[in-house]
Amino acid sequence: MDWVIWLEWVLKGLILCLLLLTGFAYLTLYERRALARIQIRVGPNRAGPQGLLQPIADAVKLIFKEELTPAKVYKPIFLLAPVLTVVPSLIIAAVIPLGTSFMLFGREINLYVADLNVGVLYLASIASIAVYGIVLAGWSSNNKYAMLGGIRSSAQMISYELSLGLCFVIAILLGNSMNLNEIVDAQRGMWFAVIQPAGALVFMIVTLAEVNRAPFDMPEAEQELTAGYHAEYSGMKFALFFMAEYQKMIVICMIAVTLFFGGYREFWFLKDTFFSVDAVWKIGSWQSQAWFLGPIYLLLKVVVLLFFMIWIRATWPRIRYDRLMAFGWKVLLPLSLLLAFITATGILLAQELNNQLFFWSIPVLSIISTLVAVAFIYRDLRRKSHGRF
Amino acid sequence: MNSDLIVFLVLSLVAIATALGMVFSRNAVYSALYLVLNLVTVAVFYLLLGAPFIAMSQITVYAGAIMVLFLFVIMLLGAESLVPSKALPWQKPLAIALALVLVVEAVYLIISRAQPGLAITAPDASVNTMENLRAMAMELFNAYLLPFEITSILLLVAMVGAIVLTKQEKVGKGS
Repeated sequence: MDWVIWLEWVLKGLILCLLLLTGFAYLTLYERRALARIQIRVGPNRAGPQGLLQPIADAVKLIFKEELTPAKVYKPIFLLAPVLTVVPSLIIAAVIPLGTSFMLFGREINLYVADLNVGVLYLASIASIAVYGIVLAGWSSNNKYAMLGGIRSSAQMISYELSLGLCFVIAILLGNSMNLNEIVDAQRGMWFAVIQPAGALVFMIVTLAEVNRAPFDMPEAEQELTAGYHAEYSGMKFALFFMAEYQKMIVICMIAVTLFFGGYREFWFLKDTFFSVDAVWKIGSWQSQAWFLGPIYLLLKVVVLLFFMIWIRATWPRIRYDRLMAFGWKVLLPLSLLLAFITATGILLAQELNNQLFFWSIPVLSIISTLVAVAFIYRDLRRKSHGRF
Repeated sequence: MNSDLIVFLVLSLVAIATALGMVFSRNAVYSALYLVLNLVTVAVFYLLLGAPFIAMSQITVYAGAIMVLFLFVIMLLGAESLVPSKALPWQKPLAIALALVLVVEAVYLIISRAQPGLAITAPDASVNTMENLRAMAMELFNAYLLPFEITSILLLVAMVGAIVLTKQEKVGKGS
């Protein structure tokens, strides 16, 4: 039976990669169409019905584009950087549970690639090495603009990783586990986004910075840095950076869903109904556990979160760099520290005093602290509206 | 030969090769990258010993945070292509002597400890559970609370020192 397990792993990994690649292709279309709608345009709608074949046309174009390798680049690193950017964005998805399990050929197939006991730490470590691709791309291009982009991204990602880690801590505390499956199971009764709404909000903001999306897309700010870290890349190598960015968007939304929005589970108030992933569906003599609802729910939630990311890109201007760093260090870090503290204290008090009232003080206090943080920003911006943050 | 041993041997080779590569690279960025590979290899060693928590922490802290800062500084200062300055005359003999002492010590320890009962074995599977994490935290914050806090104060002092050293004088900025 040993080789069957290997086969299962390989197949699962392959399917996950293919899913992410398809997701990347259609996310570009989704983004362009949604952006167009927000800006009262139509967007790409010529290739195929509703533009559905547009990603294929783009892929063909990118493959046949000329690839330039500038003469003065550090060649091995220059070639390695796109790969180092794509690989973390793919392997980070391995620990995310996509659903419960189903039976196939008498074997129980679990809908995740790896069931890691330190799943959340795995996410943190892969997220932290994801920065190498961008930094090395910037450096190896031997171009001032590209290097500035790379350096910006490394400073930005390290600064925001602290808050990201603290948001992970919130989810770990609430789920009482570092295993993502157990965290999802712990959200059967209530999503963590309801218990800790401010934590979920901070997580969403921080992930925008981690994947270098607007309004935090400093590494590629085009009016200051031409195209930032990928200024010297062309053809398929550029497409790999593009691919990595969009896959990171998908994956980071999957992580947000898993940690705060119930993962592959239904809304908490539907937990014992027909729509639950634990329900058993009976149609005539056919009877099955509703495992297939898991991936569907996950997909729907991810699509909604992705829309928020696109929406933010369409409506918000880019933040100035010093303000971005000040926001990360002076606002998000203390706030997320406070949120982790509130969460831990609330859980501990509720356990020790056996009083659920303390548990519900977590959302109240965290919303209050977020409002205080917003008030501080507002006051600071009013006091010196054109100076430093 | 069991598979763990093969993995261990291959990993050891990688670890040694990357360590040598780090030392002998002419370019500081390549050195830093070799060091990253080395740290990741060590993390895989921890995994092999059944300690995923430490392995993941190793990658997050060393490969993910500290080495990125190293790269950051190397790139920002443009130090990757510095011409190596003349080495101090006493540096080479001293380095060789110290390295020899280290090798002798290591060999002595390995020989003296290489008895069946004393060999380091992988910890049992209970390391992998949340309970173990809790036990580790309990140990850290009860038995080793003072060293832990002192470490944090040390880091704080280093941080304050860095800020004081780099803070610009505000005099004459009023113009």
